Amino acid sequence: MSPSLEVGLYVFVLATFLGLEIIRRVSPLLHTPLMSLTNAISAITIVGSILVAGEQKTTLSTVLGTLAVTCSTINIVGGYLITYRMLRMFRKSGKDRR
Amino acid sequence: MIDRAIPLLYLAAAASFILALKWLSSVPTARRGVIVGAAGMALAVAGTLMKPEIESYRWIAVAFVAGTAIGVPMAMMPMTAVPQRTALSHAFGALAAALVGTAEFYLRAPAIDRFTMGALVLEVLLGFLTFTASLMAFGKLQEILPTRPITWRSQNLLNFTLLGLAAASGTYLVARPETLWLFPVFGALALAFGVMLIVPIGGADMPTVISLLNSYAGLSAAAMGFVLDNKLLIIAGALDGSSGLILSVIMCRAMNRSFTNVLFGAFGQLQATTGASQEQRAVRSATPEEAAGILQVASRVIVVPGYGMAVAQAQHKVRELYDVLTKAGVDVRFAIHPVAGRMPGHMNVLLAEANVPYDRLVEMEEVNSDFPQADVALVIGANDVTNPAARHDRNSPIYGMPILDVDKARTVMVIKRTMSPGFAGIDNELYSMDRTLMVFGDAKAVVGNLVKEFAGGT
Repeated sequence: MSPSLEVGLYVFVLATFLGLEIIRRVSPLLHTPLMSLTNAISAITIVGSILVAGEQKTTLSTVLGTLAVTCSTINIVGGYLITYRMLRMFRKSGKDRR
Repeated sequence: MIDRAIPLLYLAAAASFILALKWLSSVPTARRGVIVGAAGMALAVAGTLMKPEIESYRWIAVAFVAGTAIGVPMAMMPMTAVPQRTALSHAFGALAAALVGTAEFYLRAPAIDRFTMGALVLEVLLGFLTFTASLMAFGKLQEILPTRPITWRSQNLLNFTLLGLAAASGTYLVARPETLWLFPVFGALALAFGVMLIVPIGGADMPTVISLLNSYAGLSAAAMGFVLDNKLLIIAGALDGSSGLILSVIMCRAMNRSFTNVLFGAFGQLQATTGASQEQRAVRSATPEEAAGILQVASRVIVVPGYGMAVAQAQHKVRELYDVLTKAGVDVRFAIHPVAGRMPGHMNVLLAEANVPYDRLVEMEEVNSDFPQADVALVIGANDVTNPAARHDRNSPIYGMPILDVDKARTVMVIKRTMSPGFAGIDNELYSMDRTLMVFGDAKAVVGNLVKEFAGGT
């Protein structure tokens, strides 16, 4: 097993445990925004997509990469915006929506 | 120089994602979380754009513009469409991972080591199956496709065969990455399996399925992190994967069903077993006027919203009812069942959109002990989650499912379009109870009339 792979596996396992701990604490009230936020976060696939689209190694890879960047951008822009919009709607008794 | 800074930017992005989710744990800090998360994403994108490997920015720029042009309208959809929108965004996320995996395969094969190829196969398998499965879920939620589960004999056999073939071809590709022709076959099998996976799933199971697809999309991104040896991708993917997992476990528990039962035991098949209590029992129906009269003398009201409220777009009328009741000194709260609606938290978002304060929305465990003290339980478009049969009738398909104990309230009012049974096709004995009043009609119209009658009476 290569060292970088080993580190990768450690990172994966630890991040999963951390994720389980943090997300268990999210109030059920906010489960819909939680899903749209995690969806936006996992659009970090844009990092890989940008490289494939920008390296311009073959026509196929450029086409696939461009499509992938488009999909990831949709989720980043759409995901953060709608999560913010949803959260702005939650208000306490007595206070009016800002 | 810049090369050395990029890993630090990625590290900062990973930390910001963790903070974002941590701050989402409560409403007052949640918005800060979104901003931090977005800032982390901006850092990661900026860092990637500085990489020297990039030869041309032309197509990246085109994709940014196209993605923004589609993403902004998708963020402006009305809250009633949030389940569909979420399914669609899972499809986009999964497709991105699958496409990058495909591109990497054709760039690197056959000079690709076993482990990387294993991760790549997982990335593409999860990516493509989540893509088509999410599109199918979108179709069902948007009601382009029939929402009832579609089942036939040997369906599971076909599905397992598809999955088995996909796994076998994937394994073969790991062993022999030079078999270039097999890759499209593998991708097609994954796409087909995704479609077949959702065919037998009905509307009421959507909360679980959407959560599961959320998890798969995240795992696909994490697998991509292993292919590209990028820790940021691994962390973000693992966070998304664990979030989807937790949500699907919560949804399964709220329906007293297992994962395998949701995915392979469509609810429709269970209908045959409910023949026992077929005698038609008398139902008391009331006009909105009579119902308003009862509300007038109530001091504690618990509203139980369900998918029917979303379908009728009645949430704003419900808020008006909340306003007039509160003004008259009535204590009004909303009881939220975890699987009410079509995705986790669906009811909360709808009611928040209608400007109902979130401290009035109470979870099932917390509110159940309060029903005996409630003067009126007002059920708006919820059905199976209120069926007392889940507590005592061992033959009921929903036996054991945690429910809202509305039947313990002094008076139960049910707003419903017709007497037709709920999604699971089960009669709800709540409707024939002595203390239950049925108010038939469209939820939005009925609640609107209730508001008028109530306001007119005081």
